[in-house]
Amino acid sequence: MILHPGILALLLGAFVSLVLIFFAALAGVKIIVHWDPSSSSAEQLLLERTTYLISTIVGLVLCFSLFSGLLFLYTTDDIHPLFIGAMCATGTLNAHPIGWNVLLIKGIIFFLASLWVIFNAIDQHCEDTPLVRKKYAALLILTPLLAMDLVLQFRFFSGLHPERITSCCGSLFATGSGTAAGELAGLPPATTMVVFYATAFIWLCTVLFCLGNRAGWLRLLLFLESLLLLPLSLISVISFISLYVYQMPSHHCPFDMIQKNYSFIGYPLYIGLFVGILFGLVPGIGRVLGKTTSLKREIEKRERKWLLSAFVFFSLFLVLSSWPILFGKFQLFPQ
Amino acid sequence: MIRLLKILEFALSSLARRKFKNFSIIVVYSFTIAVLASVLLLTHSLKKMAMDVLVDGPDIVVQRLLGGRHELIPTDYSGIIEKIPGVGRVQPRVWGYYYDSLNHTNYTMLGIGEERQRFVMVDGKAPADDDQCMIGQGVAGAQHAETGMDLLLIDGKGIGYSCEISGVFKAASDLWTNDLVLFTSDALRRFFAMPDGLATDITVEVFNAREVPQVAQKIKRLLPDTRPITIDEILHTYESIFNWRSGLMLTIFTSSLIAFSILAWDKATGISGEEKQEIGILKAIGWDTGDVLTLKLCEGMVISVTAFLVGVSMAYVHVFLLDAPLFVPVLKGWSVLFPRFHLVPYIDAYQIIVLGFLTILPYMASTVLPSWKAAITDPENAMRGV
Repeated sequence: MILHPGILALLLGAFVSLVLIFFAALAGVKIIVHWDPSSSSAEQLLLERTTYLISTIVGLVLCFSLFSGLLFLYTTDDIHPLFIGAMCATGTLNAHPIGWNVLLIKGIIFFLASLWVIFNAIDQHCEDTPLVRKKYAALLILTPLLAMDLVLQFRFFSGLHPERITSCCGSLFATGSGTAAGELAGLPPATTMVVFYATAFIWLCTVLFCLGNRAGWLRLLLFLESLLLLPLSLISVISFISLYVYQMPSHHCPFDMIQKNYSFIGYPLYIGLFVGILFGLVPGIGRVLGKTTSLKREIEKRERKWLLSAFVFFSLFLVLSSWPILFGKFQLFPQ
Repeated sequence: MIRLLKILEFALSSLARRKFKNFSIIVVYSFTIAVLASVLLLTHSLKKMAMDVLVDGPDIVVQRLLGGRHELIPTDYSGIIEKIPGVGRVQPRVWGYYYDSLNHTNYTMLGIGEERQRFVMVDGKAPADDDQCMIGQGVAGAQHAETGMDLLLIDGKGIGYSCEISGVFKAASDLWTNDLVLFTSDALRRFFAMPDGLATDITVEVFNAREVPQVAQKIKRLLPDTRPITIDEILHTYESIFNWRSGLMLTIFTSSLIAFSILAWDKATGISGEEKQEIGILKAIGWDTGDVLTLKLCEGMVISVTAFLVGVSMAYVHVFLLDAPLFVPVLKGWSVLFPRFHLVPYIDAYQIIVLGFLTILPYMASTVLPSWKAAITDPENAMRGV
């Protein structure tokens, strides 16, 4: 176990979040079982009041999970000098078999908790609160995820041994290394570039169409495109964006760019990507959930903001990743 | 957004109405944060200073072991090491510690060699013969010594030894200049009564940094009684030691944080009749439970941010202006007789975020339930003071 201040902060935060969400989930079960909007009993009144508490708790947990993801990335990067062979966060994540699972679970929690908070806000603005049961059922999925986050983080950090020799980005993301990451790094940059920019262009056009058209199928299309664009963008970061950021033809690491040497450019880049994709998913989910009139009205009121946020954040990702390609000195393809 | 700002404005005026209660929370909270922040700032600053010194150190330091203990190394070994391909300059080093009973401080004494280029002369020149020495700026300041004066010491045979201070030097880090006295290697060997042909250790330069581990392995194979220590190993060790020390201190002080969270819970639970009445009136004039809850959370946030700023400022003053008198003996880890040195102020966003995680989150978590309980108070009962 490495007694590092960042690790202590992450574990304490994960523990506090789990206690809070566990409490919220218990209250949520009561609501699922006893919720009756037609009743004006004291029990129903208390349940209605409890929904405020749960909203606040999940809001707090989401806020933590947002920071926690970034703090986890920075901490794994900060402790890499302790491992022989590590040069960035990749080395630390490779130093324990479950390192990558922690990162994956943090990503899933970010999306689920954000969606919960967004739809909870809508539901609370509807007089008939039509999403109550669905919301609290979703909370029962979020709770075990947060428990897994704490357990995995604890196992990961307690299993890190400074003397362990680990393989870093240079070998993991090396073309022909035989790993999945190596395969991604080995994708031909020109083809990946064409596929990525074409998909991003189609995605942005869909967002613009959604702004001008209320058709439900467009939102569902945007949802599907967002699901496709997230992995494609991550593949593109490994395949060619990283090459331009580092100005090296063979360095494919997606984590070195969060270091000071590269002006921490990775943070705004990944925030742009994840938040952009999140807001790309929301209108589609809204169409599926928006069965009642009140819900439809509330969703339509907010949809424009979501679409604009999706456009702005993903554009931030596109600008930051395309800037070195367009204006950097490094040229991957001979003129 | 405007709604939130209005609620924030109301929260500020509401806090101002209960000055004493909130002031006492802020004081305790600030002290808790100041303690944790001092640990973080101090270890970070010490780590940074140590790393700055070590990063320019030799690629490999070769020590001799005898019965598992550090022993003087024959200078002939340098000839064997020099023949390894890729090895640059190999230099036997004579150095040691000296306790000055007159001034109650420890000096590090070093036979001058390659390290000379790291020091910038402030005054005078490098020692020209065996009766001269040069001292760091920190030592000169502490001893009120200057060029031309004599440094009085007691040598390894217990005989008084006087050498002329030929110059005063400065270096990038205070750690270099605050305890370092430089002699010629021969003079120091005589001073320590060290036999000829032996040195404290041998420093090795390796041209290609990637070959350092291989060179270290070859040295170990050629000279089995030695222990080659690479620069990376030293850096890892320091990194681990400082992380471990600050982590341990933080873990210990987390108990104070838990105690504080219980206090915050208790304070937030025990709302006064006046507060209840206020909430009742707010609800009667149209605020809903969500608004009151937001108000309570805003109050908590204002208290947290205020205490956080006050706590971090207190820690800054404690660590960088007063040189952390409360924690230095534990965290510095080496002799308390070490001469005083000034900590270099160094704060980054990471420390602030870590501190925020450690302090603000537990406070917000411990006040959320009492805030909600206050927010759901029935307006009629609240106004009647039930």
